[in-house]
Amino acid sequence: MRTLFKSALVALGLALTLVTTAAQSPALAAEKQSFRIAWSIYAGWMPWGYAADSGIMKKWADKYGISVEIVQINDYVESINQYTAGAFDGCVMTNMDALTIPAAGGVDSTALISGDYSDGNDGVVLKGGGSLAEIKGRDVNLVELSVSHYLLARALDSVGLSERDVRVVNTADADIVSAFASPDVTAVVTWNPQLSEVRKAEGAAMVFDSSKVPGEIIDLMVVNTETLKDNPSLGKALVGAWYETLALMRDAGPKGTEALTAMATAAGTDLEGYKAQLATTKMFYTPAEAVAFASSPELVKGMDLVRTFSFDHGLLGEGARTVDAVGIAFPGGTVLGDAGNVKLRFDADHMRMAQEGKL
Amino acid sequence: MRRIINLRPGRGGIVLWGALPFLAAGVAYALASSARLAANPNDKLLPQLESFAAAIGRLALNPDARTGDYLMWVDTLASLQRLGMGLGVATALALVLGLAIGLIPYVRAGLSPFVGVVSMIPPMAVLPVLFIVFGLDELSKVVLIVFGVAPFLVRDLALKVGDLPREQLIKAQTLGASTWQIVVRVVLPQMLPRLIDAVRLSLGPAWLFLISAEAIAATEGLGYRIFLVRRYMAMDVILPYVAWITLLAFLSDAGLRWVNARFFPWLKAGKGQS
Repeated sequence: MRTLFKSALVALGLALTLVTTAAQSPALAAEKQSFRIAWSIYAGWMPWGYAADSGIMKKWADKYGISVEIVQINDYVESINQYTAGAFDGCVMTNMDALTIPAAGGVDSTALISGDYSDGNDGVVLKGGGSLAEIKGRDVNLVELSVSHYLLARALDSVGLSERDVRVVNTADADIVSAFASPDVTAVVTWNPQLSEVRKAEGAAMVFDSSKVPGEIIDLMVVNTETLKDNPSLGKALVGAWYETLALMRDAGPKGTEALTAMATAAGTDLEGYKAQLATTKMFYTPAEAVAFASSPELVKGMDLVRTFSFDHGLLGEGARTVDAVGIAFPGGTVLGDAGNVKLRFDADHMRMAQEGKL
Repeated sequence: MRRIINLRPGRGGIVLWGALPFLAAGVAYALASSARLAANPNDKLLPQLESFAAAIGRLALNPDARTGDYLMWVDTLASLQRLGMGLGVATALALVLGLAIGLIPYVRAGLSPFVGVVSMIPPMAVLPVLFIVFGLDELSKVVLIVFGVAPFLVRDLALKVGDLPREQLIKAQTLGASTWQIVVRVVLPQMLPRLIDAVRLSLGPAWLFLISAEAIAATEGLGYRIFLVRRYMAMDVILPYVAWITLLAFLSDAGLRWVNARFFPWLKAGKGQS
């Protein structure tokens, strides 16, 4: 009887702590000393893993008197969901996912680092067809509502077709390759490394890829705006570690090869394979390139296309009555959409500090 | 004796005690939700209970803007069809194979080890193979359910047939029954209700396989919708869908139990002895 009572008390206490921590975690953002950043495997994000393993991240965190834990998450979408729920202070994601998951979910997010854009890493592959127009009337297997879906919409646009001309079949990214081996799958849209596998299949032809929509599928380091504001050192430490790692990647000597090999191994490929993936990724190796990109009018145009696609597919959330519902701010003060509800902010200040050597 | 093991709730008490955990869960959810929403009014993790109603209204009562379908009904129909076909085929297989393995020594010798080994293959692990062999369409989803559920049903039924008292079979034979007559008049009436009970127990795994298959490749279905909107964390859709699936599973279980009670009353009557 007494143990029953005790365990009931313990359960009640547990439930209460759960409820209260869930309620309080956003309020504790201030006066933080340690931060957690999530990342997942992708060509343009491998530097984060290397920065953590090699101690570069720790070096920069120590410099600003904070601690930063870089956590690898195997499921990309899950990592964004965890960030949105408040379990992480920052997370890597594409511009479209940053808009539709945290920003549309009311989590004010800052794109601290524009790391790269997909320059052929995403593609449309057809079986037994040489041109994109032959996609008409086919089932297209892809991860619905992802950048693949966006790329398909842009591809169809380019040949005067619309989504009504094809039938989109939602297919998990992990199963795209085996799905393409099945005879009834004749069209897929996917990203690397699956893309390179799919292209190898017999009779497969890549008919459209992201190099035709440059600067529209962007890979970002996104951090919680409030956390960043309260702890400016977090932004400085992350940007500092990022560009130190990127500089290593460009090093022609043994240090550079060592870093690239480590990233290749972590990505499950070899040095050659990783270099091939980097070739279709437009990395901004220097802060100057990234600042120029983040401040360019092309970014605004690209985000306008992305937010229109997202709104048309209902990704801006229940409350979104117009495409303008979620505001997006750019360096220099330009705002797309509702200026009173800015939830996604592209930042160039921290990268400019790196450019000017002020970190 | 006033011991706690002898105190029983009355008729109303049972309803009250039964409702209590549901109420507690609801209250805990509402508290946690309002706390999170106070911090961020657009929070997606624990939406308000009202937004569930709004999402259900949007999905079940209003046609989708892009396709003109009533999404929740389309999803439900697609999923129930797959589940029905998968469970139907699995049950039929179990009936034929289970009876044969349990009753006929030669079939048992030939098939029992094979079924035993097949039942140990984790269906999810061979999913890529199923795709390549059966394609990505309906067939592979149904096959996954059959593959996941049928071996269990077959083995369960074979064991139960094996448990039949030998005396019954011998008695039927002394009365001149042929093998077929024994199957139809002695074994089937006792096995059908047990098979239905086994199907009830496999409803959970069947749903699991259905949702897994729909998560991997689909254009509609309850599992498809959940994994689709998971991409942008629409808990206002996911949680009502989970509740709906639970309700459907609960109702099918209750339906099968009713079938058993209605058509095989002797099972209950015999429970006291066997």
